[in-house]
Amino acid sequence: MNRLETEFCGIRFQNPVTVASGTFGSGQEFAEYFDISKLGAVTTKGVADQPWSGNPTPRIAETASGMLNAIGLQNPGIETFLERDLPFLQDAGARVIVNVCGHSEEEYLNVVRRLNGEAVDLLEINISCPNVQRGGLSFGTDPREVESITKKIKDEATQPILMKLSPNVTDITEIAKAAEAGGADGLSLINTLLGMKIDTRTRRFALANRTGGLSGPAIHPIAVRMVYETAKAVKLPILGMGGISDAESAIEMILAGATMVAVGTANFSDPTAAVEIIAGIEHYLEENQLDHIRDLVGAVEAL
Amino acid sequence: MNGRSYAKIIEQDRLCEGIFRLRLAFSDTDSIRPGQFFNLYLDDGRHLLPRPISVCEAEGGVLTLVYRVVGFGTEAISKMLPGESLWILGPLGNGYSLDWLKEDSSVLAVGGGLGIPPMLFLTHALAKQGISVGTVLGFRDEGFLLPEFEEAAPSLYLSSDSGRIGEKGTVIDLLETHHLKPDVIFSCGPLPMLRALKDFAAARQIRLFVSLEERMACGIGACLACVCSTTELDDHSRVHNRRVCKDGPVFDAEEVAL
Ligand SMILES: Cc1cc2nc3c(=O)[nH]c(=O)nc-3n(C[C@H](O)[C@H](O)[C@H](O)COP(=O)(O)OP(=O)(O)OC[C@H]3O[C@@H](n4cnc5c(N)ncnc54)[C@H](O)[C@@H]3O)c2cc1C
Ligand SMILES: Cc1cc2nc3c(=O)[nH]c(=O)nc-3n(C[C@H](O)[C@H](O)[C@H](O)COP(=O)(O)O)c2cc1C
Ligand code: FES
Repeated sequence: MNRLETEFCGIRFQNPVTVASGTFGSGQEFAEYFDISKLGAVTTKGVADQPWSGNPTPRIAETASGMLNAIGLQNPGIETFLERDLPFLQDAGARVIVNVCGHSEEEYLNVVRRLNGEAVDLLEINISCPNVQRGGLSFGTDPREVESITKKIKDEATQPILMKLSPNVTDITEIAKAAEAGGADGLSLINTLLGMKIDTRTRRFALANRTGGLSGPAIHPIAVRMVYETAKAVKLPILGMGGISDAESAIEMILAGATMVAVGTANFSDPTAAVEIIAGIEHYLEENQLDHIRDLVGAVEAL
Repeated sequence: MNGRSYAKIIEQDRLCEGIFRLRLAFSDTDSIRPGQFFNLYLDDGRHLLPRPISVCEAEGGVLTLVYRVVGFGTEAISKMLPGESLWILGPLGNGYSLDWLKEDSSVLAVGGGLGIPPMLFLTHALAKQGISVGTVLGFRDEGFLLPEFEEAAPSLYLSSDSGRIGEKGTVIDLLETHHLKPDVIFSCGPLPMLRALKDFAAARQIRLFVSLEERMACGIGACLACVCSTTELDDHSRVHNRRVCKDGPVFDAEEVAL
């Protein structure tokens, strides 16, 4: 029996571990280091209806136990994705979650329609990117907008949809409820936290974009708290992420209420981090004589 | 398959003020090309991103890297002792492409500042291929790796900003005073030097290759942190943004905006 097999939004994955959008490209580069079919799924970099060129450099900066990024969603657009990246993922034997981005409702819908009937397991809709001027974050912080766009996407999508939530809000459960009301099949959280770094030597911003999204272990306790609150507030299954860097931090996220987890920034510190985390979770189950990973989902107990 | 390797430090020495040479045990040195780089990881849970460092020499299972201490990471690495190990990933990037050169091509390797160390590997490789190579180096003030270059380079031209090493001035001054007009220049160094070289080469129909630096996260082409603007559409996103870590760090100067 596979103790890691996970059902998520009605789909079976061999384990609950995927990678966080934007940290893994479409898998090509990491496939040089490990067999990407070993992942529960590959979550792709955000895909828009047209190629996007992203922000000026420097686009990243290291911070204490974290990093800031302002890539600005550079991506080749849906046509190239379907021509080149999706066939690659299929040939590699990977399950696929496509992350969708846009500046406007219409742009999101163009991508979602273009993915109709394609061999993609789930869509993750990024309504929470802090690094683009229009769209992204502005969609993700207003409950009415979230409900409305979720409904429109749900109407057009042939795959189950995850709405990816921003932590840059006062109460994430309000947004989660709006996505649930709009008909989302699941939720994905958290995206990055808006931050800033200043280089004291040059007295300049570290990023050309001035602000960027904070990720990595520095945000893990925030992500765990938000996953916990959201799991209590809605019935939807959760893909949890934010600072997962080892099996322990992944299991913490699952105990807080995530059914699946995504490894993001940790891929930059070690290209094989995600597969090592899968092995570590397996080891934890064995050591604690647990029958199945599903028994840990939301299993945190009061003191 | 291969991931990072835990490389043992064979030797570490200070070459001059603030500049260190690290020799690591690395079994597959034959697979490394001049102009490629390695990611060095601190693995302290606080500094998450790799430090990219170019290959200075690679031979017989010994990988040599030369770096300047500029911040926390390079400082921490400079304090490591022989016998200790650190996590590395590589070789990364494309490196200088040499196979297309003809035996009678005249080639210059031009390095400035911390772009000097990779010119040692390049000079060796070109000489080994039987190509006539001149090596042109521009130091800031203090010299380093001079005995190594004197041994490796059939013809060596030296300059420094302060005049302490070789002729006072820049590498461009050296090219001009010595009337150097090669077919091809391979270069690595600070951006102002690369810009000046680009003008120099364009005016004389010299084919120029430059090695670029950019802030990196993954170092393997996945995160799109390290792009530079290019005249042609890039293969990845088709938006005139090539990745320094994967499509570079070496580019034909004609195809990148400096
Ligand atoms: C392809 C490539 C090859 C390089 N080769 C060499 C070399 O052979 N010798 C050498 O001395 N230096 C080289 N550098 C620069 C070297 O990577 C940085 O000096 C080093 O990362 C600084 O780390 P730090 O922790 O000491 O500095 P910090 O300033 O504390 O570093 C903070 C962050 O900024 C990044 N960073 C800082 N400076 C640079 C820089 N100039 N370029 C890219 N990232 C930077 C660090 O990697 C780290 O993520 C190279 C850079 C690149 C991109
Ligand atoms: C370099 C980088 C690029 C990212 N790009 C995207 C993206 O395209 N779409 C998206 O929804 N999230 C993107 N994210 C956010 C991550 O998917 C994830 O939500 C966040 O980084 C938190 O997880 P982590 O701490 O494990 O990295 C990106 C993050 C990083 C660091
Ligand atoms: S550093 Fe990630 S793409 Fe170059």
